[in-house]
Amino acid sequence: MALTTKHLLGIKDLNSEDIQLILSTATQFKEVLQRPVKKVPTLRDVTIVNLFYENSTRTRISFELAEKRLSADVVNFTVSNSSAAKGETLLDTVNNILSMKVDMVVMRHSASGAPHYLAKHIDAAIINAGDGINEHPTQALLDAFSMQEKMGKLAGLKVAIIGDIMHSRVALSNIYLLKKMGAEVMVSGPPTLIPTFLKEAMDIQIEYNIDKALAWCDVANVLRIQLERQNQPLFSSLREYNLAYGISMNRLNKLNKEILIMHPGPINRGVEMDSDVANGPHSIILDQVENGVAVRMACLYLLTGRTNPA
Amino acid sequence: MTLISEQQLPSIVKRLAHQILETYPGLTNAVIVGLQPRGVYLSDRIVAALHNELPANQVQYGKLDITFYRDDVRRDLHLAKATDLPFSIEGKTVILIDDVLFTGRTIRAALDALLSFGRPSKVSLCVLVDRKPSRELPIQPDFTGKEMVDITPYKVKVRWKENDGVDDVILLVD
Repeated sequence: MALTTKHLLGIKDLNSEDIQLILSTATQFKEVLQRPVKKVPTLRDVTIVNLFYENSTRTRISFELAEKRLSADVVNFTVSNSSAAKGETLLDTVNNILSMKVDMVVMRHSASGAPHYLAKHIDAAIINAGDGINEHPTQALLDAFSMQEKMGKLAGLKVAIIGDIMHSRVALSNIYLLKKMGAEVMVSGPPTLIPTFLKEAMDIQIEYNIDKALAWCDVANVLRIQLERQNQPLFSSLREYNLAYGISMNRLNKLNKEILIMHPGPINRGVEMDSDVANGPHSIILDQVENGVAVRMACLYLLTGRTNPA
Repeated sequence: MTLISEQQLPSIVKRLAHQILETYPGLTNAVIVGLQPRGVYLSDRIVAALHNELPANQVQYGKLDITFYRDDVRRDLHLAKATDLPFSIEGKTVILIDDVLFTGRTIRAALDALLSFGRPSKVSLCVLVDRKPSRELPIQPDFTGKEMVDITPYKVKVRWKENDGVDDVILLVD
C-alpha cells in the first residue's frame, strides 16, 4: 500500500488511509530515533533541497534532521542570500536547482498555492512546509501523531483549535486532518480572527467563549497570533487578547478535568498562552517538536520515488 | 509439495532450541532476536521452547525490523514493522532468527541494523530453511532446520497457524 499522492501539498489531497500510513510509519521512525545510532541508510541515493522563502526555525531544522537521519544529501536554500533577491522567478530558481540532480523539494513560501503551482511544472516530488495562509501538512500530521500517542486514538476526540484561525495554515491543515480521521473539531477565538464560513464549509463548531471551548474539549491546540500577516488591527491590544483569550493556569484550574495543551510554536508567551501553561504538566509542546522529526522522516520515506515503480 | 510437514515442524523447532542451548548453555550473555515480519513466528516458537528449559528471566528476546537497511528499499515500497529490542546488545552474543535463508541479503541488512544498537561480541544465525545454492552473499547459518541442496524453481513458503491456519513448509510454483 502506497500513498495516493505523488506530492504532499496539503492534507486536503490525502485520504484517511494515507494519513494512517504516514502515522504508522512515523511510529517506526520514532523508534529509530531512540537508538544509539539514529541514522538509517534508506535515502542515501536521494538529494533533497530545502527551499525556504519564509523564515522558519523548527520546521527547517526538523526537515533537515529528518533528511540527514535518512542519509539523504541536503541542500539548504534561504531566500535572503539567494538570486531570488536579484529578481529570479520561483520556477527558474527551482529548475536551476533540479538541473543539478536534486530529487525532492521541501518548500515554504509566503504565497498560498506556491507549491501547487510548482507541482504543475516540475517532476520532482514536493513537500509543502507551509504556504501562506493555506496549509502546513506536516505540522498537522505531527499534531495528530502527538494526540494519538497521548490519547490513544483520533476518532471521537474533541479538539479545540484556539486563536488566530484566519491567518493560520496550521489550523486549516489540522481541521482537514481531524475531520478525515473522525475527530470532532471546534474553533475558538475572537470573532475578528475566525472566518465564519468554516462552520458550513468544514462542518465544525465555532465558540467565541474560550472557557466554554476549554470545557468542551479533550485537546486544546493553541495557535500563535500572527501579527506579521495582519495588516489591520483585529483586536485592541496584546494584553487585552491575553485577558480575553489567553490560556492561563487560572482558566485550566477552573475545568473539572485535565486537557492536553498543544502549540505549534513559536509561542508568544503571555499573549496566547502563559508561561506556566506552556511549561506545565499538560503541555506536550516539546513532544510535538520531537515527533516532528519522525513524522517528516515518514513523509520523506513514503514520497521518495521508486526506482522500480509498480 | 511439502518440505516440512505439520508433524515434523514441532520437532525441528525443539531441536533448534536445544542446539542453541547446547552451544550457549543457559543463554549466558546471549540474546534472541527474531527478524520481522516472518522470522518472528519462528522465534516465538523457539523462545516458547526455551522457556521449557530455562527460567523466563534468562531468555532475553527482541524483534528487529530491517526494512530501512534493505539494499532494495527504493525499488518498491516496503513498509516497516515494529522493532523492539528492550535490552542492550553491547558485548552480547546475538542469535538472529529468520524463517528462510535465501540470497543472504536480509541477513546482511540485519547485521547493519544490529550495529546501530551497539557492538555485539558475536552474531549467530538460526533459520528454519536454508536455500543454500541460491546464496548471493557469503553468509551461512549456524543452526538450520532443513537444508535444501538443489536449486529449485519453486518458492519456499513457510506457513504458521497464527497467520496461515497451518504449520508447515511447502514449495510453490512461483
